[in-house]
Amino acid sequence: MTVGLQSQEVDELELTLLLDAVRRRYGYDFRDYAGASLRRRVRRAWQQEGVPTLTALQERVLHDPECLRRFVSCLSVNVTALFRDPLLYRTLRAKAIPHLRTYPFLRIWCAGCSTGEEVHSLAIVLAEEGLLDRSRVYATDLSEQLLDKAASAIFPLTTLQEREPQYRSGGGRGELADHFVSDATHGILRQHLRQRIVFSHHNLVSDHSFNEFHLIFCRNVLIYFGDSLRRRVHELLHESQARLGFLALGMRESLRYTALAERYQVVDEDSRLYRKVR
Amino acid sequence: MTSRGSWLIVVGASLGGLEALRRLLEPLPARLPAAILVVQHRRADVPPGLTKMLGRSVALPVSEAEDRQPILSGQVIVAPSDYHLLVDGARVGLSLEEPVHHSRPSIDVLFRSAAARGPSVLGILLTAASADGAEGLEIIRRAGGRTMVQDPDEAESSVGPRAALALDPEHEVLPVSRMPARILRLLAADRERSAPPRRAGRS
Repeated sequence: MTVGLQSQEVDELELTLLLDAVRRRYGYDFRDYAGASLRRRVRRAWQQEGVPTLTALQERVLHDPECLRRFVSCLSVNVTALFRDPLLYRTLRAKAIPHLRTYPFLRIWCAGCSTGEEVHSLAIVLAEEGLLDRSRVYATDLSEQLLDKAASAIFPLTTLQEREPQYRSGGGRGELADHFVSDATHGILRQHLRQRIVFSHHNLVSDHSFNEFHLIFCRNVLIYFGDSLRRRVHELLHESQARLGFLALGMRESLRYTALAERYQVVDEDSRLYRKVR
Repeated sequence: MTSRGSWLIVVGASLGGLEALRRLLEPLPARLPAAILVVQHRRADVPPGLTKMLGRSVALPVSEAEDRQPILSGQVIVAPSDYHLLVDGARVGLSLEEPVHHSRPSIDVLFRSAAARGPSVLGILLTAASADGAEGLEIIRRAGGRTMVQDPDEAESSVGPRAALALDPEHEVLPVSRMPARILRLLAADRERSAPPRRAGRS
């Protein structure tokens, strides 16, 4: 090779240029994402577009906003399900709801809500606990495509049947289907549940805190961020939280490796539920 | 914390893997100068018993991976069910990306990310019922790392080992029973090479 670069170094250079181009053209900043999984997903975006090099992908993304939409959804991982990790919902009912009940009005934030299953589950729990009417639930994500899907709140009936055991195991009081209006094939989350949820675009990487919340869900979102970005977002979450507000992380995430650990109290280690104490 | 120079052993297994993993890990001493990362395929809804089961009989401390956990020598870190496990510099990374070879965790995902460590990686593919791991093992070897495949004739399921050898016949083929001694020799040889020369006259 004439310039003396190994092909791996060329790949790295192309990746850096691509991410920089996306940031400068559209404002999406993926530069501080965790390297190992970011590389996997960029490779997948590259394969899906069927272009020969990352530089060719860069050219297409820059000139074609539709390609950018596909690129952004390819880079955001959206694995979620109704009552995924039922233990968390059981813990919420037992250990967080009694405290949340003491507030006249509740603000809740689901950060990185993806296709919305978590926020739908949360709305169901709040309704069953009699707290939904005094709650406002903000559900935000980076990807418009995912937010559209989340806001629709429509599920195949087979999905509702499949998730019934998780709903029960999460402390569900009736049947999951009770919370949906169904036709022959699909169910849509009932209107009084949907109307308490505000879906909006928010980028944890570049946007600021926009309110103070009593409960924040940020589950399996930070795992894709590199160390410096993760530090910044943890600060952002902390800043967005009322004193004694609750924070729910993913089941294999922890505050242990962050600088903010001593500002939270562990409410339940197994469910990764924390409470801001200072 | 393992620096880039200290050994990292990545192990993949699926069908029949628990028994093979025990036979691989049990003979290893508690103060092994290498970190071990394990992907064992299992169903997403199975409660986390693998780590406990291994922990009971293995001398090395065994834990289920937590996001950003430092990768330290003398530890066995097991992929949690339903997450991919990755090597991200000196730490563990987790991801919920789509399954690879119908598996999450996927052996290929772990192996490919470990290959970035170059020659200080040892990849081991045990009994496996799919081709998951074959490609990753080749990538480790091409990046200068060491690789071992369980002898397909003794493996509970030979699909994985055979797929790895079909893709890259250069892997070392061994029965599991001979792997622990082989690993210890490899680590010892490496230590001698990197140890400062001893002064004459001292024993």
